[in-house]
Amino acid sequence: MADVGGSVRVYGLIAAMWIRSTLVYRTSFAAAVLTNFLVTALDFVVIWMMFSQATSIGGYSFAETAFLYGTASVSFGITALLLGSVDDLGLRVRDGSLDAFLVRPAPVLVQVAADRFGLRRLGRFLQGALVLGWSLTRLDLDWTLAKLLLLPVMLLSGAAIFGAVYVAGAAFQFWAQDAAEAQSAFTFGGLTLLQYPPTVFARDFVIGVTFVVPLAFVNWLPALYVLGRPYPVGLPWWLAFTPPLVAAGSCALAGLAWRAGVRSYRSTGS
Amino acid sequence: MARYTLLPLGSCALVRNGRREREGVFVGSCRLYAAVAAGGFRRYATYRSATAAGVFTNTVFGFIVAYTYLALWDERPGLGGYDQAQALTYVWIGQALAQALSMFNTGFAVDMVARIRNGDIAVDLYRPVDLQLWYLAGDLGRAVFQLFSRGLVPLTVGALAFPLALPGDPVVWLEFLVAVVLAVVVSFAIRYVLALSAFWLLDGSGVLQFGGLVGMFFTGLLLPLNAMPGALGDIARVLPWASLLQMPADILLGARSGAAEVLMAYAFQAGWAVVLLAAGRLLQSSATRKVVLQGG
Repeated sequence: MADVGGSVRVYGLIAAMWIRSTLVYRTSFAAAVLTNFLVTALDFVVIWMMFSQATSIGGYSFAETAFLYGTASVSFGITALLLGSVDDLGLRVRDGSLDAFLVRPAPVLVQVAADRFGLRRLGRFLQGALVLGWSLTRLDLDWTLAKLLLLPVMLLSGAAIFGAVYVAGAAFQFWAQDAAEAQSAFTFGGLTLLQYPPTVFARDFVIGVTFVVPLAFVNWLPALYVLGRPYPVGLPWWLAFTPPLVAAGSCALAGLAWRAGVRSYRSTGS
Repeated sequence: MARYTLLPLGSCALVRNGRREREGVFVGSCRLYAAVAAGGFRRYATYRSATAAGVFTNTVFGFIVAYTYLALWDERPGLGGYDQAQALTYVWIGQALAQALSMFNTGFAVDMVARIRNGDIAVDLYRPVDLQLWYLAGDLGRAVFQLFSRGLVPLTVGALAFPLALPGDPVVWLEFLVAVVLAVVVSFAIRYVLALSAFWLLDGSGVLQFGGLVGMFFTGLLLPLNAMPGALGDIARVLPWASLLQMPADILLGARSGAAEVLMAYAFQAGWAVVLLAAGRLLQSSATRKVVLQGG
């Protein structure tokens, strides 16, 4: 964890460069943001259609499910915006463009994450934020100070947990360059999972995403506390407040995986 | 800069020793397209870890969607004319066919758009073959590989984990496979039209992304078209994307059975295939006549 300030500065410089180049084509950029927004809205339309056929699913109302959808999507939206490019790592290993990053005096992960920074991904974030805002106007919650504070903490910790999944997945691509799609099972699969109430899924499944890949800490555990709902796997209530710790732990592990990946990297040469 | 014209359909033949062989043209071009299809098959068969990764992801999504359907059909038994076992089977058929029918991955279209942008399409147009058939042959080869490599494992895992309503009658499976072949052709025809937009837009990736995701929605991969409410459902059920998953799934699930209903499904698919292939051909001829190719 050498120079966090420096890393952030480098990330900002690279991202700003990509944003400037994106904004040259304003119409194209606006179309890309809109597309991103509409495309992510489609999976909410599916949830809306399900609730047009049934008043509750897994014992949860539409507004409660929208709250889960909104929290998961906002967290994921932040991660996709900041780290969406690390998905392409296998591609960079294959075509050798990763070598250029290794010789520059800046952390490799920062460069990989900031390269081709896609401001259009704001569309996903905005769509999630709108659904979250809408659900809050519909839900009748007894707000306490703890719940009010937990909401932003949950969104940011959730983004960090998704970030750890992204980086760990990218690290895996150092060994299996073609396996980028396996990562989608955890990133997009995780997102889809968390958009629905945990009561929908089998108990073993819920246990798996609580203790093995700790996706449940992104929103299920804290959001169910905010909604005043019991978690289907009997766990102490205070776990709802542990997402920052889980996020820190996951990020540390992902960081180690990334280092191991970079160390094992052999250039394609030629 | 150069302008190219396309050979009209039917005039394609093998060129050997610099001259067109008129005799055996049909046999020659059949063999040619078979070779292209085999190439499409091999191209995807090369990446084994990508295939394994994809199978894993399809299976994980299958589980997630299956549980949400279980919850929905608990609330609304018989929704869309399916019982719970049929709804679950629909999920796993969807995951098994998702790649073969390119539901969210636009496959060859990405290549084609890139070739239009960088001018390599000139090489494709210069070949003494029909552009549309060339790409169709390659896509069919890919679909055959992905149907078996990416389809069998998710469907088997689904059948082991959930009580599925799969038929025991081999005739139904055969009818299903015919519908899948027609579905691949419709899927190809849609993507071909989308890819051609790059001749006018230069950057066709936005169109592909938008088309792909709109397609995924109207394919019914996320929710069966039968279960979509109101006017939205009525519209979705007659759009070309209804040919992709809904028709083959309905046949396999026995929701369409008997010669008359199966033939109706085939007619629906074939109708869209013809309309869209013709649209692609029209667009292609106006594109190659009017558009100046990129590159020097």
